[in-house]
Parts: sequence; C-alpha cells; structure tokens
Amino acid sequence: MNFLFNWMYYFASGGLILVGLYIVLVKTNLIKIIIGINFIETGVNILLISIGYIKGRTAPIFSTTDINPADVVDPVPQALVLTAIVIGVAVLALALSIVIRVYKHNKTLDVTKIKGLKW
Amino acid sequence: MRRVISIIILLIIAGGLILAFSQIPFGKNKINVANYYIKKGIEETGAVNIITSVVLNYRGFDTLGEVTVLFIAAIGLGAVLFVERKVQRKVSSNKEDKIKKASLILRTGTQLLFPLILLFSTYIFVHGHLTPGGGFQGGAIFASAFLLMYLVFPKQSINKKSSSVAESLGGLIFVGIGLLGLIFSGHFLANFLPKGVPRTIFSAGIIPIIYIAIGFKVGFEITVIIDNLLERSK
Repeated sequence: MNFLFNWMYYFASGGLILVGLYIVLVKTNLIKIIIGINFIETGVNILLISIGYIKGRTAPIFSTTDINPADVVDPVPQALVLTAIVIGVAVLALALSIVIRVYKHNKTLDVTKIKGLKW
Repeated sequence: MRRVISIIILLIIAGGLILAFSQIPFGKNKINVANYYIKKGIEETGAVNIITSVVLNYRGFDTLGEVTVLFIAAIGLGAVLFVERKVQRKVSSNKEDKIKKASLILRTGTQLLFPLILLFSTYIFVHGHLTPGGGFQGGAIFASAFLLMYLVFPKQSINKKSSSVAESLGGLIFVGIGLLGLIFSGHFLANFLPKGVPRTIFSAGIIPIIYIAIGFKVGFEITVIIDNLLERSK
C-alpha cells in the first residue's frame, strides 16, 4: 500500500503518456490522434509537478510571515508547467483548425484514406 | 498487425520509463537551483509568490518566448481558417436559422455571471505576485467568460479589431518594459522599479505590470481562438 502511494503520481503520468502513445499509434481518426497528443502532454505535466513535490511541504508562496523557506516545494517545475498548460490549449486549437481544413479538403478524417499522407 | 507492433513498442517504452522513474525518488528533497530563488526571491524581486518571481523575473526571457509561441499559434489558427471564410458566409445564411436558442437557465446564469467572472479573472492576474494565480490563469478565466457568452449568443461575436489591439498592446507592454529595463538597469527585463513592501499590492516592481499585460493578452488570444473556431463551425 505504501509502495503504491509513493509511486502513484509516477504511475499516473507514465500511464497517461502510454495511453496517449497507444492512441497516436493505433487510432486512424485525426481528432482521436490529437486527443492522444493531449493525453501525452497532460502526463508530462503531471510528471514535472510530481518530481518537484517534496513530502510534507507547502506551496512556495510566502503569503504569511511564518512560512519557513526550508518548508516549501520546488518552484521551478511549477513555473514551467504554468506556461505549458496555456500553450497546450493554443497548440491544440491550432491542430484542430488544421483538422478542419483537412476534413474540408478530403471529406474524411481517416488517416488511412487520405492520399496525401501516404508515402 | 499494427496494434501488436505498437503494443510491443509501448512495452519497450514502459520499461524505459520504469527504469527512469525508479531512479527518481518521490517526495524527497531534490531542490538544487531553486534554493537560491526560495531564499533570496522575496528580497530580490519583492514578490512573495516564488513561482511568479521565477516566471517573470529569473526566467522572464523564457516567458517572453512562451508568450510568442502562444501568439504564433493564435495567428496560425486565424491564417489556417481564414482562407475559406468568404465561401462559408454564403452557405451559413440559411443554416443560421437552425441554431437553437440557449435555454433560459443558461441565458440568465450567463448574464449574471459574466461580470463576476471577469472581475474574478482580474483579481487573479492583479494579485499574481501575492497569491496563487497570475496572468496565464487569469487570462484563461477571462476567456472562459467569453466562451459562456458565445454559448448563449452564438450569432454575435466580439469586436475583432479592438480585441487584436488589446492583444498586441499586451505583447508590446511586455517587450517595452523589457527594453526599459535595458535602458535603466543594463539588462533586458531587469526589475528597475522600486520593490516596495512585500505582501502589499504595490510591490515587486515590474512583475504586476507584466502579469496584467499577459492576462489581457492570453485572455483575448483564447477568445479570438474560440471566435475563429465557432465562426468556422456555423
């Protein structure tokens, strides 16, 4: 039980990354592939946050004077993930707009039926 | 066949991930570079939220790059969807009657909540240096208010020109303050304003100004993205 609790966040992030990769590799619908990429992104974000976590410590915000500097978690991964989430939304929207164009052009979302994507 | 090969690949990747994760202890103290930020952050930047001081002061240049990525994504979306817009207009005229009116609950709730959500987002990005939050989160909340409005009144849209002016102004303020830092302190994005007393709203020098600019920039960018995607689907 203790083992599971200690590694829960790593399992969650690794699981999300693997599920996302499976979707990207196996599914043929373009929208599903983009959702898979979003899964990978979420997994990476959770991984970064959980690496920065330190047991029993609080957020690195000294909103009151009685918080000890030796009592806070790592702020750098949180600062990275903060911007990565918003950029993820914008890039997801860009990818979906490209999918809209691909659908208009080919009348299908199936990557195996789009001739331009074959080599 | 493809499924089997991809499961084999995934198993290999899973093995690699497990090997890597087993080397990283969970919940142990691994802080290295951030020790400096935690100990000196308040006195050097005046911001009590160390994450904000990392985002906008120690790694402000990095954030400028990330804001640029966001800007390019929004522009790219506009460019990708722009080409067919004229053709789309003709078709949409008879389709528009089919759009269902939003329910009474959604309409009334949105009309009541819209100013409150805007107020809350403003609180989030003005207090970025004091409490959890900041420009990126506040901007996302800002855009969510407009998303609600789009759900209720799908035929109307925001003023494209003024929203793009506000968006560009946000980016220009960010770069301009960076250049002012170059003039006054000799470093790009240097914190040249007085730091003030920590835990008060007028503290932390340039950080609140930049975060307000980022808040409006992100908010209007996501709103324009929503607008472009909705206009396309009409």
